Amino acid sequence: MSTTSPVQLTHGHHHGHDVGERLYIHKHSSVHALASHLKILAVLSFILIVVATEISNWLAFISYFLLIVTAVLVAKINLITVFKRALIEIPFVFFAILMPFFGTGTVVEVGPFKLYEAGLLAGASIVAKGTLGVLSAVLLSTTTTAREILRGLERLKLPKVMVQIATFMLRYVNVISDEMERMKVARESRGFEATGIKHWKVLATAAGALFIRSYERGERVHLSMLSRGYEGQLPHEEPKHNNAKSWSIALSLPVSAALILLISNTLTITIGK
Amino acid sequence: MNSQPTLQIEDLAFAYPDGNQALYGVNLSINKGERVALLGPNGAGKTTLVMHLNGIHPTGHGRVMVAGKIVDPSDKVGIKEIRSKVGIVFQDPDDQLFMPTVGEDVAFGPYNMGARGVELEQIVDEALKLVGMADFKERPPHHLSFGQRRRVAVATVLAMKPEILVLDEPSSNLDPASRRELADILRSLDITIVMVTHDLPYAFELCERSVILSGGIIVADGETSKILKDENLLKTHRLELPVGFSL
Repeated sequence: MSTTSPVQLTHGHHHGHDVGERLYIHKHSSVHALASHLKILAVLSFILIVVATEISNWLAFISYFLLIVTAVLVAKINLITVFKRALIEIPFVFFAILMPFFGTGTVVEVGPFKLYEAGLLAGASIVAKGTLGVLSAVLLSTTTTAREILRGLERLKLPKVMVQIATFMLRYVNVISDEMERMKVARESRGFEATGIKHWKVLATAAGALFIRSYERGERVHLSMLSRGYEGQLPHEEPKHNNAKSWSIALSLPVSAALILLISNTLTITIGK
Repeated sequence: MNSQPTLQIEDLAFAYPDGNQALYGVNLSINKGERVALLGPNGAGKTTLVMHLNGIHPTGHGRVMVAGKIVDPSDKVGIKEIRSKVGIVFQDPDDQLFMPTVGEDVAFGPYNMGARGVELEQIVDEALKLVGMADFKERPPHHLSFGQRRRVAVATVLAMKPEILVLDEPSSNLDPASRRELADILRSLDITIVMVTHDLPYAFELCERSVILSGGIIVADGETSKILKDENLLKTHRLELPVGFSL
């Protein structure tokens, strides 16, 4: 039952597998083609290496950053897009920016500000490590569909229950947000506008109703699962065969990071001598 | 053995744990290949009855037999077989389509029944083809129209190769075209169908036989055209043909 759509509002092409994805951007690249569990492993170990690096080793951090930029370029993703998405970290690093203003110990004067050295270093460390972590996570979510990430986690032996819960969340987040939207429209159609604290009671009641509805839906879904023979297992695919090539592409990110850490550490020690 | 009914319900009574009794002794026998409409007003016990057909509700009193086997939820092995034989299409397709993509959802049932790999793929493709949704295999259900979702819901059940297809209000919320498309699909299937509905024209269109469930018992059982012509009978049980509709 295909219908012709006279106006195509979405840009680019897709093959159906990225419909409804909020973060995934479909491109043909070696990063996109990697099996998701390899990508998750690569990103995770990269973040671990970054976190393990001393903040004073600024050369390493610049190299990490260049490494991520290279990975983004290899994935054929627009750098601006990645940076824009990384802005999500701002509320989290907000306190890190305040850290230099409070503390004890050595004081550094920067223009009109008196900053504490320890706080400055700690703040810089959080911002730098946080940004690199977020950038790599953004790269993962931009090149991997949410569904694939779940499959990857499953292959990495994350407990089944957690994967199942996340799978259902992925499926029902839209259903529930639509329901919430309809309730909002229904409220507003009857002249309700949430302007202040006195309206919280109405909103709380609506949230309660939504919870009950979702809970009941959960029960109905469970019944329909039982009707089709559910016994605690969701179908899962056998992992794709991973050749040495895809392993080496995936591992190039953390391995390069580890090399950077190693080399820069040796350099600092040598210079220190 | 072939003469035994596909579905046999004997003196089935059921009360919910809160004491609310929904069924008061239902007797019904349906033969292979029949298409039967189960009519009744809201609250007649239709959905409760459906939940007994594959053992979601344990039988309180009486018995339900599918292809000669007693439905008994406490028999773990037997109930699995029953559930593969009785396919229930629920009213809200969003309750039934819980997997991230259409294809995975259709695969859910046969996977639980032990199908894997190429065999599983074939079953999924075949079921989607039967309902004209083969092109939507990779799509998330959320992005389909309501009618398309209902058709996929039918496919998820057909994939289990059931002996009986039970549909709970199949025509609800469908636009006229989707309604006709679904009717065409149901008519094309070579399978026993029990259709729970209060959409009388739809029952007339699809089912040669109708039963009326009212107040927890079967109050009428016969040819759909005869039942729908009996104005008094319909009226007594809060059923009405749409204005302007006559047989």
